[in-house]
Amino acid sequence: MTALLSVDGVTKQFRGLLAVDKATFDVAEGEIFAVIGPNGAGKTTLFNMIAGVYTPDGGSISFSGERIEGLTPDKICRRGIARTFQIVRPFPALTVEENVIVGALLHRHGVNEARKRAHDLLRRLELYDKRTQAASSLTLPDRKRMELARALATDPKLILLDEVMAGLRPTEIDRIVTTLRELNREIGLTILLIEHVMRAVMALAVRVLVIHHGAAIADGKPDQVVRNTAVIDSYLGADAVG
Amino acid sequence: MITQLIGGVPARALILLGALLIGFLAAPLFVGDYLLTVMILILYFAYTGQAWNIMMGFAGQLSLGHALYVGLGAYTAAALYVHFGLSPWIGLAVAVPLAALTGAVIGFLAFRFGVGGVYFAILTIAFAEFARVGFDHFGWTNASSGLFLPVAQYAHNDLWQLRGHPVMFYYVLLAATALAFVFCRALLKSRVGYFWLAIREDEEAARSAGIDTFHYKMIAVVISAAMTSFAGVIYAFYYNNLFPEQVFNISRSIDIILAPIVGGIGTLFGPILGCFVIEVLAEGLRSLLELFGVDVPGIKQVVFGAILLLVVVAMPDGVWPWIARKLNLTERRL
Amino acid sequence: MPADIYLNVAVGGILTGLVYGLMALGLSVIFGVVRVVNFAHGEMMTVAMYIAVTLFSALHLDPLVMLVPIAAVLFAFGYVLQAGLINSFINRPEHSQFLLLIAIAIMIANVLLIVFGPNAQNVQVAYGFDSFQFGPLIIDATKAYAALAAIAVSATLLIFFRSTSLGTSIRACADNYTGALVVGLNVKRLYALTFGLGAACVGAAGPMLLLIFDVTPAAGPAYTLLAFVIVITGGLGSMPGALVGGVLIGLTEALAGLVFTPSAKSMFAFAILVLVLLFRPQGIMGKRAA
Repeated sequence: MTALLSVDGVTKQFRGLLAVDKATFDVAEGEIFAVIGPNGAGKTTLFNMIAGVYTPDGGSISFSGERIEGLTPDKICRRGIARTFQIVRPFPALTVEENVIVGALLHRHGVNEARKRAHDLLRRLELYDKRTQAASSLTLPDRKRMELARALATDPKLILLDEVMAGLRPTEIDRIVTTLRELNREIGLTILLIEHVMRAVMALAVRVLVIHHGAAIADGKPDQVVRNTAVIDSYLGADAVG
Repeated sequence: MITQLIGGVPARALILLGALLIGFLAAPLFVGDYLLTVMILILYFAYTGQAWNIMMGFAGQLSLGHALYVGLGAYTAAALYVHFGLSPWIGLAVAVPLAALTGAVIGFLAFRFGVGGVYFAILTIAFAEFARVGFDHFGWTNASSGLFLPVAQYAHNDLWQLRGHPVMFYYVLLAATALAFVFCRALLKSRVGYFWLAIREDEEAARSAGIDTFHYKMIAVVISAAMTSFAGVIYAFYYNNLFPEQVFNISRSIDIILAPIVGGIGTLFGPILGCFVIEVLAEGLRSLLELFGVDVPGIKQVVFGAILLLVVVAMPDGVWPWIARKLNLTERRL
Repeated sequence: MPADIYLNVAVGGILTGLVYGLMALGLSVIFGVVRVVNFAHGEMMTVAMYIAVTLFSALHLDPLVMLVPIAAVLFAFGYVLQAGLINSFINRPEHSQFLLLIAIAIMIANVLLIVFGPNAQNVQVAYGFDSFQFGPLIIDATKAYAALAAIAVSATLLIFFRSTSLGTSIRACADNYTGALVVGLNVKRLYALTFGLGAACVGAAGPMLLLIFDVTPAAGPAYTLLAFVIVITGGLGSMPGALVGGVLIGLTEALAGLVFTPSAKSMFAFAILVLVLLFRPQGIMGKRAA
């Protein structure tokens, strides 16, 4: 099956630092794909190149068969790739509902239509009751779910989640994992996530890519990858493996 | 459409608004000539403040050179009238695209090249100054000697030529301000409005949500510039004389921003309330000083500066949000 | 036009530009360190100029002689302003800061108007019409002295920032606010000091400029804008850049005034500003902001 997202030999250098070193992987449609690795490994840089924040110094990125590297973030979103941020970025002065409506308006012209879509998503993410609150008044877990709702409102085919589980308690992690699984199942949403929370990775991911110093050191099914010695040495530690 | 405009607004606010409108409509019947001119100023600054607010309060771009658009509107309409006898409304039809184009150029230069924040503000100042010096040397509009319209008579109100009693200008400005108010409300509730607010709040996040921020910032600039040029047309035909040194002066740009800032950036009522506060305080002070026989040029401006200082320090969101909270009238949108 | 005139105007422009450079240096220090957009920069300089005018007409004290006291007064003013008012605005949104300083600028300009009236004022120093001649080159004594003073003051300031521990601390704040806090620097006090130093720059530049130009209460905004053009052209964060920018602008203005009309000379400064903002926003000597 042709890959939905194809990353081929992508490299990024920041002055003296080689942040990403010839990253190559494919994500199939409907897959849940995780990228893990120690801090500073280059995961977010990789994400940012897919999301259009950075332009790769080398290599190519294709989405649905079309080259997308170097496109601006808004163009990337319009093509069907949505993203969340490692440090949540709500529109603080707008209400929860309005935040999501902004996303929904991307592919809809009427505000009413967008509001309906926003309400559907808010219900799914259990934020419907808080929809008229200012985004700035939400707790961190709620903000994360709101940002997720906003990203989903843009009707993406692929969603990039940047450490969305960080700072959440286990029950909240489980909630988001369940929601993501549902979305993946019901609408075939392809998910590419950066994660440190192995609980979520093991529960969600069908394939895992491990990055260290900008380069891939393992790529495969989750239970294979966590037993890989290189991965254990560089990142997980012996205790992490069950 | 009406329901969409009114939706979400508490009944109390609507009643207040209605009362305000009726008050303004009836005012000329009761106030003397001098107060009428004060009210014309209030409406003028309420209108320009509203137009400026679109760029700053909605799209988050600080313009400190809005006098540029006033000047362009004023000079275009005045020159066409003086040289060709064309009605100011035709002048307006020429001025609006001209101002819109100028705004577009500034916007394009700024946004395409990533000029934002303070640099954008400086850019806008520079353009206004450029116009000021430029028009000082522009022969067709009499350069620095000033462009004069034939002195108006008050006996006969000619709306087409905008010649007549101040009362005529009052109602024209009132209509314009009311329309601007409704227009801004409609914009805010529309798709464009949502995108503007997103851009204002967090431009990068807005981009990640698929918004073409360049495109929407340009729309804000163009609309703001175009609306402001109308104020310029009124300015020209009301005062009947134009000097580049005055019209394009940075003080004019600052006058324009005072009302929305004091009233509340990004709100609909802000610019109007801000005008009231400023003019009432200024006129109050002036009358007080007159009582003591003091007539010093510059006192009014010092007071403006002090008001601005006070607002920025103590009520940074402006007077309107503070009042709205007390009256429990907060618009759901900031 | 004979080449002599171009030469003389150019040199005159360069000398004036050195004073502009000092003025801009003050802004560069303030903006570069405290990150405040000082819209009252020109007004502060006008205050200095008026102080010099008053001292001259009352006590016949030459502006250059009064340089240090006037700069000290402005230093105190700047320090108090930053410590008392602006420091609390550090974490406020950008436009709040601009507006604060715009408000201060409006008040200063109009108080000056009230106190001194709208007419231009200047000083007639004894050497006002003297000049030095080197072959075809004729240099006004006023411009020469002003430029020398500007070089002296600028050099002192540059040495201060490079070689003293206080100067280094200030530069540390500019580079990294939180980092500076973490190593125990009293950032707020350093900010106040820096704003004071920036104000002292215009406190010194003002009397120098007074030898060359008249002063009116409304002169402030033009100087503020000029200072910004110079700082942006020369490069934000670069102190030598401010001086280089000043000389460049002084030169361009003078030549433009000669080739076109004198009253249109500021248009060239703006044209340069626009070009710099578009094509080389870091300026001639600046570092690109991270």
